[in-house]
Amino acid sequence: PFHFSFSYASNLPVFYPFNPYNKNISKKPTTSPKKKNMVLAESGFSSPRNDAFPAGLRVLVVDDDPTWLKILEKMLKKCSYEVTTCCLAREALNLLRERKDGYDIVISDVNMPDMDGFKLLEHVGLEMDLPVIMMSVDGETSRVMKGVQHGACDYLLKPIRMKELRNIWQHVFRKKIHEVRDIESLEGFESIQMTRSGYDLFDDGHFLSGDDTTSGRKRKDADNKHDDRELSDPSSTKKARVVWTVDLHQKFVKAVNLIGFDKVGPKKILDLMNVPWLTRENVASHLQKYRLYLSRLQKESDIKNSFIGMKHSDLPSKDSTASFGPNKAMNMIPDDVPNGTYSFSASNSLAQNVDLKGQGDLKGITSAPVAEPKGALSIDIHDSHEAKSTQMSFDHSLGSVDSAVSFASFNSTTPLQYPWTEIPEIQFKQECEPLHLENGFSQLPLPGPSMIENEANRSRIEVKPLLDECRSNFVEHLGPVGAEDLFPIQSKSQSLNNQVFDLISATKSSMKTQDVGLNYLADSEFALRNLNASGVGVPLATLSEDLQICWLQGDCYPMNYGLQDLECPTYDNPALMAETPFHLYDVLRFDHEHLFDPTENYAIDQGLFA
Amino acid sequence: MDVVNQLQRQFIDYSASLHREGFLDDQFTQLQKLQDDNSPDFVVEVASLFFEDCEKLINNMARALEQQQGVDFKQVDASVHQLKGSSSSIGAMRVKDVCIAFRSFCEAQNREG
Repeated sequence: PFHFSFSYASNLPVFYPFNPYNKNISKKPTTSPKKKNMVLAESGFSSPRNDAFPAGLRVLVVDDDPTWLKILEKMLKKCSYEVTTCCLAREALNLLRERKDGYDIVISDVNMPDMDGFKLLEHVGLEMDLPVIMMSVDGETSRVMKGVQHGACDYLLKPIRMKELRNIWQHVFRKKIHEVRDIESLEGFESIQMTRSGYDLFDDGHFLSGDDTTSGRKRKDADNKHDDRELSDPSSTKKARVVWTVDLHQKFVKAVNLIGFDKVGPKKILDLMNVPWLTRENVASHLQKYRLYLSRLQKESDIKNSFIGMKHSDLPSKDSTASFGPNKAMNMIPDDVPNGTYSFSASNSLAQNVDLKGQGDLKGITSAPVAEPKGALSIDIHDSHEAKSTQMSFDHSLGSVDSAVSFASFNSTTPLQYPWTEIPEIQFKQECEPLHLENGFSQLPLPGPSMIENEANRSRIEVKPLLDECRSNFVEHLGPVGAEDLFPIQSKSQSLNNQVFDLISATKSSMKTQDVGLNYLADSEFALRNLNASGVGVPLATLSEDLQICWLQGDCYPMNYGLQDLECPTYDNPALMAETPFHLYDVLRFDHEHLFDPTENYAIDQGLFA
Repeated sequence: MDVVNQLQRQFIDYSASLHREGFLDDQFTQLQKLQDDNSPDFVVEVASLFFEDCEKLINNMARALEQQQGVDFKQVDASVHQLKGSSSSIGAMRVKDVCIAFRSFCEAQNREG
């Protein structure tokens, strides 16, 4: 059978590897050097070969119904597309991650047993930024709307007709065009020139020397200027994605925060980051995703106002992905690996203890001026090397405090105490599979009385997943550092801290992480500051740094956990959600407005130590 | 050959009647179109997959409905939804319609329905 190894050796200029003469198209997405052409087609800047474009499109179909899988596969093949099917969302994500550029488009059913189709949609959008088409028997407007909200390119009703499938390539094409446009608009006019010339280069290279790989390389170099792409195969397309390693992302976030979120622009960021091989386009698109993620988090936090907690969903099995946010731009997807899952059931009990202690302690803290904890916790969950998204769900639940659970929302003058009732639940999944790091942060209820007053202010922790792929293979355990740091903030119960610490340590040890490292951006600094608060509250300054928690495992996906608003909800019970196959994201946002630039987010790096 | 022709005609007639009666809809025709030389048994395969899947789903539903303690309508509903999807895949229109009705019963928690 003809395998799609359409090499440049053949003189056929094609965008996609495809063999128009042979219907037996291999199911496996081609990994050969042909993928690169893909982008050429889309760039559309000059392509007499566009007519060949749709053929050979690499489609991934996800549906739990085997009947439909079969039918769709057949239909797609008839369209001369390259089809891969799978019936599990997790498997799909794995496939996608394994091969970042292995697919052009994903078609997924809405109702699936292991994962919600919308979640998958988000993940794909964030991690891989591929167009996703949803399908369902159910064509109700609300569902369709939900699909679109989550970033679906299209929503097809079952039964699906051939003609509907024939045109799916338009989404792929459109996306490419838009990416170019976005970059251009973000970076201003000058970038257009750059981009254009870049494209021209490609086109020329491709057209003129269509049959040797050097053109591909030329293209790659011209476009990416990345020679150190760890991910891509040598034939990656010109749009080969930059690998946003933890470090890189950290730099990015730092730069963003330095500039000020509102004033940020790709050029400034790029300059600050001082990464020679990084292009403005890379930064621009990354920034865009980052923004979308933030806005998504904001929405989520609005929804989950009552809890200041991030549920860190653990990744159950290999492919669990937790997606959050309607915008696929930002996706935190935890890849879970069955091996490395450690759920913190223990944390629950600990949390309980913590609560009790917290309660006692909180009262004492009432008067302590607490700085608004402004920190962004970035938790990166690294999936398989390609994982771009980290999933962190923090469970912040305010344990029931006798006086009432409240998160002190703080304003500039109000002491802010950041209660953590629950110990972050960290789950690591070892990577051969994506490593999932799940943190559940529970916030201890702030001392009721004083904090409740601050109810007006909303505090929410915002988790911003950063689309960084961390190459580094180390994940620091969030627990020890983060927890430690954070806890002092909230409650001053030493025992609590110890407890947390213990929990974390326990978690740590239980984590099977390979090369998991936690990076703390301002680790020591933060710790210092925390301690300064005499164990009470976190001085505002403290939190104002970027704490990035990165879970690196192969790829890491740093998440920014921004503490922006603190809410003073009333809780009855701390809810530590131990996650199951699905990750839930509860993102709370903290408003920094009083003390910080409201849009600033700090990332806390978490890493797991192997 | 004659026998073959005859069978073919029978098949066509039968199909037509099924269509008329609303058992099958256009989707089935689509499936037939998909069949080609590369996969001569395509329709058969699809149909068998469908039946297998169906059987499972119906079993699930039956079990769920037989529960003494209280029928878990959510589960039944989920199964019905799946069945609806499957049946639409091969064009089993009537089954799909029945599913729709079924689902409203589920919502109403109407066991008798």
